Amino acid sequence: MVTLELEATDGSRLRYAAGQFNMLYAYPVGEVAISISANPAEDGPIAHTVRNVGTVSRALCGLQLGDTLGLRGPFGSGWGLDSAAGGDLVIVAGGIGLAPLRSVIAQVISQRERFGAVEVVIGTRTPEELAFREQVEMWRGRDDLSVHVTVDRATPGWHGTVGVVTTVLPRIRCDPGAIALVCGPEVMMRFTALALQERGLPASRIRVSMERNMQCAVAQCGHCQLGSVFVCADGPVLTWDRVEPLLAVRQL
Amino acid sequence: MNSLADELTAHRFFAGMADAHLEVLTGCARNVVIPGGTSIIREGAEANVFWALRAGRVALGVTAPGRGMLTIDTLHAGDVLGWAWLFPPYRWHFDADALDDVHAVAFDALCLRGKCSADPALGFDLAQRVAAILGDRLSSARMRILDLYGSPQPG
Repeated sequence: MVTLELEATDGSRLRYAAGQFNMLYAYPVGEVAISISANPAEDGPIAHTVRNVGTVSRALCGLQLGDTLGLRGPFGSGWGLDSAAGGDLVIVAGGIGLAPLRSVIAQVISQRERFGAVEVVIGTRTPEELAFREQVEMWRGRDDLSVHVTVDRATPGWHGTVGVVTTVLPRIRCDPGAIALVCGPEVMMRFTALALQERGLPASRIRVSMERNMQCAVAQCGHCQLGSVFVCADGPVLTWDRVEPLLAVRQL
Repeated sequence: MNSLADELTAHRFFAGMADAHLEVLTGCARNVVIPGGTSIIREGAEANVFWALRAGRVALGVTAPGRGMLTIDTLHAGDVLGWAWLFPPYRWHFDADALDDVHAVAFDALCLRGKCSADPALGFDLAQRVAAILGDRLSSARMRILDLYGSPQPG
């Protein structure tokens, strides 16, 4: 996983909301949708976190300081932090899903008084693969956040929690009035949403960030469509009550 | 100070359990404190106790030569440690160590197995609860076999 810090070559300021994405173009290979992982409340170069999983993302991961790339955006609905203000937050991140949620956590910290109790659950494959390790340690050191890190597989020297994120959820604070923000592999998000509902959280209060192959990113080409929903424009953040029926249809 | 019965009703393993069954369980139970670092369960040993954890953490794992215990899961307050006590041959399948000082309610499984034979309704109730735990552990294990956070296959 690589984090790229980008600034416009003409010096213009890029505005965005936590949860949005940009289409990044690696010359001459192609473009791909990449989540913004920066703090919208801060100025300066904007962080995008890329995982090397394909031709374009591999090219992006190989970029060096000073290289140029293309950027279209920002696109998509954000996490809707404003509508969650005044209440509790439950943030659940799996693997690279921590990237778009990093934006939200950074923003919550910079506006901490706007929110109630904040629970953060982070799942990672192994302790060594935990993204944003220094930041996670910093979050764990704060007494105004409850942070739980769990690994799928322990390695020697790990003395923390071992198990999938859903096994942590029965132990966190989760009142029915909270808003949950969930991001990670789709299978993980499905099981997490189910576990949160078992804690009494209504599906309408669970927000997931959906991922589909993006091409135009402007609700034209249909590549990212999920039923009648355009993930690039109606999403990528959608409430679980809207997404779940669409996921039940396998062909979508 | 809470009675043993109060502690059981506060523990999610016993949620919704009939009073008559809770009474039997309480009769086979006692509060224990297990010091951090203690080896609680050893693979292959007789499974005649199980624990409802109230505080502290337990590491569940497998010991391999030259590698010490490889932790597969950690258990916490609200979890139950041990299920092999309910199924023949009543021998533990894994090791378990206390990571911290563990406060738990320990159940005499030998006594409880007898009570379950005598009262099938109690036996079924416990078997259902233990099966639910096994289902969760299986689900969690399957998720990890899928290695969802790993890199997807190229293509």
